[in-house]
Amino acid sequence: MTEKLVIIGNGMAPGRMLEHLLEKAPGRYQVTIFNAEPRVNYDRIMLSPVLSGEKAYEEIIIHGDGWYIANGITLYKGHKIVAIDRQAKTVTSDHGVTEPYDKLVIASGSVPFIIPVPGHDLPGVLTYRDLDDVQAMLLAAQSRAKAVVIGGGLLGLEAAAGLNAQGMDVTVLHVMPTLMERQLDPAAGYLLQRAVEQRGIKVITKANTQAITGNGKVEQVELTDGTVIPATLVVMAVGIRPNAALAKEAGIAVNRGIVVDAGMRSNDPDIYALGECAEVNGMVYGLVAPLYEMARVAASQLAGDEKAAFVHMDTPTKLKVTGIELFSLGDFAEGEDRQEIVLRDAAAGVYKRLVLKDDRIIGTVLYGETGDGAWFNDLKKKQTDISEMRDTLIFGQSYQGGAPLDPMAAVAALPDDAEICGCNGVCKGKITGAITAKGLTSLDDVRAHTKASASCGSCTGLVEKLMVLTLGDKYNPAAVQPMCGCTTLGHDEVRRLIKAKGLKTIPAVMQELEWTTSCGCAKCRPALNYYLVCDWPDDYADDYQSRFVNERVHANIQKDGTYSVVPRMWGGVTNAAELRAIADVVDKFEIPMVKVTGGQRIDMLGIRKEDLPAVWADLGHAGFVSGHAYAKGLRTVKTCVGSDWCRFGTQDSTGLGIRIEKFMWGSWTPAKVKMAVSGCPRNCAEATCKDVGVICVDSGYEIHFAGAAGLDIKGTEVLGLVRTEDEALEHIVALTQMYREQGRYLERIYKWAKRIGIEEIKRQIMDDGEKRKAYYERFVFSQKFAQVDPWSERVSGKDKHEFRPMASVGFAEAAE
Amino acid sequence: MTWIAIGSISDIPRRGARCVDTPEGKIAVFRTADDQVYAIDDHCPHKGGPLSQGIVHGVAVTCPLHNWVISLETGKALGADEGTVRTIPVKVDGERLFLALEALASRAA
Ligand SMILES: Cc1cc2nc3c(=O)[nH]c(=O)nc-3n(C[C@H](O)[C@H](O)[C@H](O)COP(=O)(O)OP(=O)(O)OC[C@H]3O[C@@H](n4cnc5c(N)ncnc54)[C@H](O)[C@@H]3O)c2cc1C
Ligand code: SF4
Ligand code: SF4
Ligand code: FES
Repeated sequence: MTEKLVIIGNGMAPGRMLEHLLEKAPGRYQVTIFNAEPRVNYDRIMLSPVLSGEKAYEEIIIHGDGWYIANGITLYKGHKIVAIDRQAKTVTSDHGVTEPYDKLVIASGSVPFIIPVPGHDLPGVLTYRDLDDVQAMLLAAQSRAKAVVIGGGLLGLEAAAGLNAQGMDVTVLHVMPTLMERQLDPAAGYLLQRAVEQRGIKVITKANTQAITGNGKVEQVELTDGTVIPATLVVMAVGIRPNAALAKEAGIAVNRGIVVDAGMRSNDPDIYALGECAEVNGMVYGLVAPLYEMARVAASQLAGDEKAAFVHMDTPTKLKVTGIELFSLGDFAEGEDRQEIVLRDAAAGVYKRLVLKDDRIIGTVLYGETGDGAWFNDLKKKQTDISEMRDTLIFGQSYQGGAPLDPMAAVAALPDDAEICGCNGVCKGKITGAITAKGLTSLDDVRAHTKASASCGSCTGLVEKLMVLTLGDKYNPAAVQPMCGCTTLGHDEVRRLIKAKGLKTIPAVMQELEWTTSCGCAKCRPALNYYLVCDWPDDYADDYQSRFVNERVHANIQKDGTYSVVPRMWGGVTNAAELRAIADVVDKFEIPMVKVTGGQRIDMLGIRKEDLPAVWADLGHAGFVSGHAYAKGLRTVKTCVGSDWCRFGTQDSTGLGIRIEKFMWGSWTPAKVKMAVSGCPRNCAEATCKDVGVICVDSGYEIHFAGAAGLDIKGTEVLGLVRTEDEALEHIVALTQMYREQGRYLERIYKWAKRIGIEEIKRQIMDDGEKRKAYYERFVFSQKFAQVDPWSERVSGKDKHEFRPMASVGFAEAAE
Repeated sequence: MTWIAIGSISDIPRRGARCVDTPEGKIAVFRTADDQVYAIDDHCPHKGGPLSQGIVHGVAVTCPLHNWVISLETGKALGADEGTVRTIPVKVDGERLFLALEALASRAA
């Protein structure tokens, strides 16, 4: 008969334990989990990238809903266990669910410590522990006001960097003289402080908080020395305490945490504890590597292996703030019996220190350059005698044995049991073994099979090098295709870093992301220009020299070097005055070709560049604006005559098309966007092969997207049905904005949608009203800067140089 | 060598180009990010695309028609493509720019 296993808490530790257990003893237990947080198991470590905007919550989920269903596990989300009855062997949740157990696992994690100063309970004071905290911070950050982070440790600094990335003015208060003093020596702490300050974050050390004050909400923080710092948000990140109260009430032995033996068993033989709430051999842990080890041990025990035992391990600390490289491990206090080796490179901002005892490494601090962390860690773990290489030890592995090796050779030289992924305790041999045995070829595969680089991601570079070493040319890092020859980064990476690092000019991007060319190429420059226009609509000055000629001169270059001009005809509707104006322009400038386009408007071809401003001036007088027929942007909205004229029409398709076009014209997008609105399913406007299309029906508007009718042909996908015209507009705008923010330059909507997944797009646009609103509002904001008619700007003199020769020389009159 | 004044460096946007009309066709005058000036025929060796309309990067320009990359120094197509366009010597005197257009000057005289 299956036994009943109940788990309290659904964090990273029990999640990992279940993975092992399902492998070791499938079907042995019927599993029920209670989680106070109303969600599945996610990667808590990665909350900082979510806060800074570098990742979305969806990207950090470890086990999605489907996983629980597939494994027959019952998960009670948002149920907090309030009582354990050890006699009856049941647990009871705050919503009144009582569940019997044969074996119970307590994995309740930690609770953040709150300094009991006056005002600590004011609205606006947060801790940093779970997704709710992150969401509350993101909400507060929208005000772009002032924030104070109390605590200059790992969590505090990650919170500060995240809030800073979200545009807040952040001050960090730290009670000790230097930052992260538990992991860093003062020298590295100083470098760290400087790097943090360079991002515009203020740091006050030796800061004693006296009170948080305000009228009904946080307004300021007061220090004992009288300093007053205004703030609308206070984040306390001053430490954590094992969450053991529930166990204590149930009479289980509790010291700092729930006391367990090396097999993770408490003093009640049917009750186990693991994760941050557990205390083994007098130690409690706050990093995932040892917790994952606990998970392995607990799973083995539950599967019947009584010998499985937890052994203490030191875990390196890394700060996950993009652009700050920092590694700390072990003991680095000074002492009589210890020596140290220090390397400083002020210009490069590098500081390295090794602490030795009896010719063995016992502690390491690396700042600025952390590539050798894995190697030092390995030497320390194995207690290798380093006396032979003492002179060059600090220069890292690549200097050992004479000539400096390249980084690839350094990785090749690592022993098979060298730890590569600290979080998941994966060694080199396991990774290379899995690559060969399972024929893995992509980073994602390696993550899935070995867990290496699947948690905090800071070892990704090492793992990729191992893949190159093992697979040689077969490893196609083109899993991430670089944007172009000027960088190794892919489009997504670049977009993410532009946001995360707040890069607002093309030179800043190239400098910070280490472009290998001085000013890019014709592939990356237009892409970067688009990303910056899209991400910083109010701050970024469009760089016309980085646009293709069509977008620079606002017309389409033709094969003979002349241009074609297409004015907007809203929704494809025109009138006698407009047609007359076009006819006059054609006559006046002797335009050789006039053609009706596929997008329901009129194209004038064969115009000389010099004539463009004059052509636009005349068209402008008649009320025409640019049709952006040349743009990676909104082109046309085709319509049919709809309910106004057609006997089948169900809605005013013409009106809606015009409304969409007037709302969205001028916006730049990753690639061109063509839309259409048909008044009934007969679909005369051909809406079902467009980037975005609408089919009107009696009950409302069916929104379509991701069609194609160019090099590829593809029918649209249905986004969903909405009832009113207003809703249709909001959904279409939000969809377009989502595409604007995530699309790779030149990637049409249908390709983007294939990459992201239709379901995901539906979820964000149809189901998540808040997300949709936010997308919509960002689009509207951006339009404030984008909706300028480029033609009239140029008629009034902008970029004159584009349309006139610089000089005429060598003609007869020039010599007179 | 006859130097013909064509205007001032500030007439050309950085990482951009302007044209000079001559009886033999257009000459494209480029200004790089670091203010070096080059002149070549405005006629791509591939199919005659107007090089002055391309994107300027480093000391090269990418043709707007089919993306050949042309060196501004040598006029040669870079990478796998083969072809050359004429280069014209440029003199920069303070702000002023001059082209060496011997043939044209003599014909006009
Ligand atoms: C922002 C941040 C960054 C971090 N960065 C790193 C890092 O870079 N490297 C690293 O190694 N570690 C890092 N950590 C620490 C790491 O995330 C934790 O050590 C790990 O997640 C703890 O796992 P756990 O399963 O013990 O507890 P948790 O993941 O905290 O899970 C406990 C769960 O139990 C629930 N719970 C509690 N009581 C009850 C109850 N009575 N009934 C039901 N449910 C209950 C809680 O709601 C919670 O969801 C970071 C932590 C944070 C917050
Ligand atoms: S799509 Fe329907 S409403 Fe529109 S013109 Fe065709 S038949 Fe009429
Ligand atoms: S279909 Fe081809 S040839 Fe015709 S206009 Fe389009 S790109 Fe040019
Ligand atoms: S004409 Fe220049 S690349 Fe074809």
